[in-house]
Amino acid sequence: MSATLDRHGLAWFQLKQDVEDFLYAEADLLDQRRFRDWLDLLADDLVYFMPIRRNVKFGQHDEKENTRQGEGISWFDEDKWTLAKRVDQILTGVHYAEEPLSRVTHMVSNIRLLDASPSAEDAREVTVGSRFLVHQNRVEYETYTFIGRRTDLLRRAGASWQIARREMILDQNVLLAKNLSIFF
Amino acid sequence: MTTHLPIDRMIDVDRGQISREIFVSPDYHREELEKLFTRAWLFVGHVSQIPNPGDFFVSRMGDGSVILARDTQGTPHVFLNSCRHRGMKVCRYEQGNTSLFVCPYHSWSYTTDGRLQGVPLYRTLYDGQLDRADWSLVETPKIHEYKGTIWASWDPQAPDFMTYLGDAVDHLDQVLDCRDGRPGGSEVIGIHKWILPANWKFAAENFLGDTYHNPSHRSVDMIGIGPSAQRGQGGRRDNEYNNGQHVWVSFPQGHGVHSVLMPEQFDYQPSYMQYPIVEEYFRHCFHERQRRLKDKARIMPFTGNLFPNTSYHGRQPRGLCVWHPHSPTETEAWRFFLVDADAPAEVKDVLRRFYMRYSGPAGMTEQDDMENWLYATASSTGTIARRYPFNYQQSIGAYKTGSPLPGDVSVQITEQNARNYYQVYARYLKGDDWDSLLGRSTHPAQQAAE
Repeated sequence: MSATLDRHGLAWFQLKQDVEDFLYAEADLLDQRRFRDWLDLLADDLVYFMPIRRNVKFGQHDEKENTRQGEGISWFDEDKWTLAKRVDQILTGVHYAEEPLSRVTHMVSNIRLLDASPSAEDAREVTVGSRFLVHQNRVEYETYTFIGRRTDLLRRAGASWQIARREMILDQNVLLAKNLSIFF
Repeated sequence: MTTHLPIDRMIDVDRGQISREIFVSPDYHREELEKLFTRAWLFVGHVSQIPNPGDFFVSRMGDGSVILARDTQGTPHVFLNSCRHRGMKVCRYEQGNTSLFVCPYHSWSYTTDGRLQGVPLYRTLYDGQLDRADWSLVETPKIHEYKGTIWASWDPQAPDFMTYLGDAVDHLDQVLDCRDGRPGGSEVIGIHKWILPANWKFAAENFLGDTYHNPSHRSVDMIGIGPSAQRGQGGRRDNEYNNGQHVWVSFPQGHGVHSVLMPEQFDYQPSYMQYPIVEEYFRHCFHERQRRLKDKARIMPFTGNLFPNTSYHGRQPRGLCVWHPHSPTETEAWRFFLVDADAPAEVKDVLRRFYMRYSGPAGMTEQDDMENWLYATASSTGTIARRYPFNYQQSIGAYKTGSPLPGDVSVQITEQNARNYYQVYARYLKGDDWDSLLGRSTHPAQQAAE
């Protein structure tokens, strides 16, 4: 985190507003099932990472609680190519885990700008923290609630942003859902 | 040990009909836990998870939490994860290293070989009454390590694990051995755990040899997610088995596998084509494996299920799954992903990425399985639905015993593996003796051989 950033100036608040709007609009694309449009928001070098969380002894959380990006097995540790495949699969119309499509709502809250570089006035990259509550309902009776923290690295792309890195920390150990067939 | 349930009426493998009751009824669920999961050999973990003295890994057997622990002398044990005093779990960390398991409730403590060591205020409150030696953690009477995998049984009469495994060993070896044919040598690189609202037997049966369900994976085959997808290879994995004879083999102990028997002469077929280092590695392994295994190298694995609830994927992807029953309609699924421990880092990285996009709840292939198992279970719970049995007549009678491999071998897609599985399942529920459970007293081919 840059110590020199002015976190009280107008530029900071404008940037925060801009980033919030972007994240809400992104959630709308997903919830409106505009998956191809959503893919356009992802940088080509995207890292999309959701660790598996483990029950560990007090004092070992930093070191051992979450699986690590780049090693072993996580729920997601993938790139844009793989996410594009996931979208292609849904759009085949015969991906039965999402056929018929689920009803999904993304609630995004607790949005905080954590960093902006090189400055708030001329931010080309921002790190933003948030919470998600994703509600999935499918077919008749299936309902799943996914709650957790997100940390995104957004990169300026013209008048908008692209997501260069998304880390999703889900508050579950044994996954309490049969599938992760939706995006976070 | 006999049962009040009408097992033979529910499971009629001669006519290829099996009642939905065994998939949805709490009575059958209860009976499975009492008579099957207390006797069969169950997979509990892998040596790579407990390499050092004091290491532990919390696992499950049937409906119980167990601790796989390596004691300070280096011997592995499997204990019920429940204090002998009031039942509290003595370990709620998934994995780690300890010298004692201390119960949070009243602080009874147990050594890594299960002995009750610490009882607070022992002299004042228990002296002369409580003999610590009688109150160790409950331990499985049977444990066996095979090529890195650790198995246990609650039945002191259970046959040794290799007898239980029988001729299925030749297929399991293709999962557990190094890709270049050296015996064993795998490590677990991660575990998925998730809740599946389905009967556990749907999952076991899927891996047992249900190749017929392939159309449900059409979407992933259309888009292509294999390790050569970016070189234009369609489907969900590489075609390593061109020119091989697919075989579906069932074994008297209830195991079933889908493997491929390659011709006497067969060549390497390029795989992992979008990763040159990995392609080179597997090319090298292919030739080494043929050199080492000779004729046995002709067996290439797809999937299998070791009775009752340990399934495997043999190569792409590679790992073991365990289907733990929670209720007739809910299962806790665990998947252990395997790689060769000494594979280069680039190889491990490509494999883990492929495993994640293929397998488990986030896997593009297996999501569709989960959908099927859930709705097959849910729509079989209805009053009318339960009156109508499932059909298991596929390729009935179309197998040869002992040719070209040991076991009952079909060379066409078949439900023979499932028919055999439920026949063995019925014997457990009827409380049969081990001769019967191993197929010794009823298997005609076995009798002829004897």
